[in-house]
Amino acid sequence: MAGELRDGRIVVVGASLAGLRAAETLREEGFTGSLTVVGDEPYPPYDRPPLSKQVLIGGVPADTTGLPTRRDPDADWRLGVAATGLDLLERRVLLADGESLPYDRVLIATGTRARPWPDAGEAALDGVFTLRTRDDASGLAERLDAGPGRVLVIGAGFTGSEIASACRERGLDVTVAERGPAPLVGALGGTLSQLAAVMHRGHGVDLRCGVTVTALLGDGNERFVGADLSDGTRVEADVCVVALGAVRNVEWLADSGLAAGARGIACDAGCRAFNMYGIVTDDVFVAGDVSRFPHPLFGYQMLSLEHWGNAVAQAEVAAHNMINPGPLQRPHLAVPTFWSTQFGLNIKSVGVPTYSDHVVIAQGSLEARRLAVVYGYRGRVTAAVTVDMAKSLDYYRHLIETAAPFPPPPGAADRAIAADVPIPSDVPDPKGLSHEPVVALTGHLPDRRLMVVQPTR
Amino acid sequence: MQIVVDLTRCQGYAQCVFLSPDVFQLHGQEGLLYAPSVPEDQVQRVRQAVAACPVQAILAGEEVAAGGG
Ligand SMILES: Cc1cc2nc3c(=O)[nH]c(=O)nc-3n(C[C@H](O)[C@H](O)[C@H](O)COP(=O)(O)OP(=O)(O)OC[C@H]3O[C@@H](n4cnc5c(N)ncnc54)[C@H](O)[C@@H]3O)c2cc1C
Ligand code: SF4
Repeated sequence: MAGELRDGRIVVVGASLAGLRAAETLREEGFTGSLTVVGDEPYPPYDRPPLSKQVLIGGVPADTTGLPTRRDPDADWRLGVAATGLDLLERRVLLADGESLPYDRVLIATGTRARPWPDAGEAALDGVFTLRTRDDASGLAERLDAGPGRVLVIGAGFTGSEIASACRERGLDVTVAERGPAPLVGALGGTLSQLAAVMHRGHGVDLRCGVTVTALLGDGNERFVGADLSDGTRVEADVCVVALGAVRNVEWLADSGLAAGARGIACDAGCRAFNMYGIVTDDVFVAGDVSRFPHPLFGYQMLSLEHWGNAVAQAEVAAHNMINPGPLQRPHLAVPTFWSTQFGLNIKSVGVPTYSDHVVIAQGSLEARRLAVVYGYRGRVTAAVTVDMAKSLDYYRHLIETAAPFPPPPGAADRAIAADVPIPSDVPDPKGLSHEPVVALTGHLPDRRLMVVQPTR
Repeated sequence: MQIVVDLTRCQGYAQCVFLSPDVFQLHGQEGLLYAPSVPEDQVQRVRQAVAACPVQAILAGEEVAAGGG
């Protein structure tokens, strides 16, 4: 049985971080069959986090972030061609060029794309960008090199904040428009969002919160020249970056019968996809940003993460489980971990900060711009965020993994709890924000269709 | 040679920065930024950085050679 699983045909759809790490792991763990990796981008797997950091700050060209391999996955790379469907009965991946690839097991790792500006005409104006791919980043970096008078960033989530930070580092004027009350509030809650707002303004960003952008304006020659805001003001700018979060690449699975929806594709702790009736499949696996998976530390709710570390860890578990029989399969239980570098600060998060009712500042202080904030839910620790205190993170991860009581006892590191009064974590409803959060709790049901009549789209 | 740093694991010890300052740089107190594509004359130093990183966060290797694509 185990021997059989090491052979056969495996197709991986999505040739990025999760797809690459899965392909390597399959070989490392002894898969000797045929391996095909399908990707709609024309490039071999590359790393995305530098695209909003080093690449925009300058010095690192967008086309130099190719991911190193741990070993040659000895795969047939089908790049520049999209998968358009999945036939579960015939076990075939359908491709845009008309071909179809038979499989014994398939891994879905199609990730996400940037949420576009809702008005297609305005989005097409010259000077309006989103940032997800290598091509997006090289186009944007080129515009920044040209020294625009002002850059407008719409959405103050992690990506929007990093873009604003990079522009300021280049000395460019930047306006950031965010619908919520402060930057990063959707991911980190009230306390740290105050620090984020201070960092934006301290670095010279023209930060406008509680406003929406109502229209992007062209000059009559299809060139972007500014935007109107809901408070009646107008921002003149030469470049606009739309940073409204991500959309899961699930459309190609619409007719597959899998539990694929706006929040991603539901899978079990072993990365096996659910079908639309909530029945788990045994030859379709999911990993990375496109997945939704249950986590015991967070009430078994399905998590949707846009985290580099999760894509790697989940891809490794999925690959292991694709070539091992049930009793030898492993669960994907890694505690979510995320980092962001912006305005000279190193922000790291472990656990799920939005799964919280209270926070305490456990080390450091907002004034020092160096601190650790611990998040609790119903009396136990569920997350921690450090700012320039990365060495403490492992300690807090341990508290989360052991469901330690909240507020945590003193002794984390250099001092007693800095402020032992828990305050509300103040995580707003994502509906009131410009951007989608990079961590989302999406409830317990594998598929909304089990609960509601599918509304017309 | 290409590198990628697992920044969920990196703790900002900065050994890599001392060993290969042309490739690795600290941004502020502990935010690490680096050049993913290693210049030829830095390869030796980067190999030392890979070995020296206390949390083994740096992966160096070649890109996928995507033939047949
Ligand atoms: C600008 C930016 C900055 C980031 N910074 C950080 C950070 O600081 N920290 C952090 O933890 N994370 C960060 N991330 C998130 C991180 O990059 C993602 O979590 C990671 O890329 C997820 O990998 P993935 O392989 O699951 O999905 P993706 O990288 O999205 O890859 C999916 C691939 O599948 C392809 N695809 C989609 N549909 C099809 C189809 N039908 N057929 C074939 N191919 C298809 C896509 O084109 C893409 O190449 C950042 C992301 C971006 C864009
Ligand atoms: S040596 Fe390792 S831990 Fe230290 S900064 Fe470099 S990558 Fe990070």
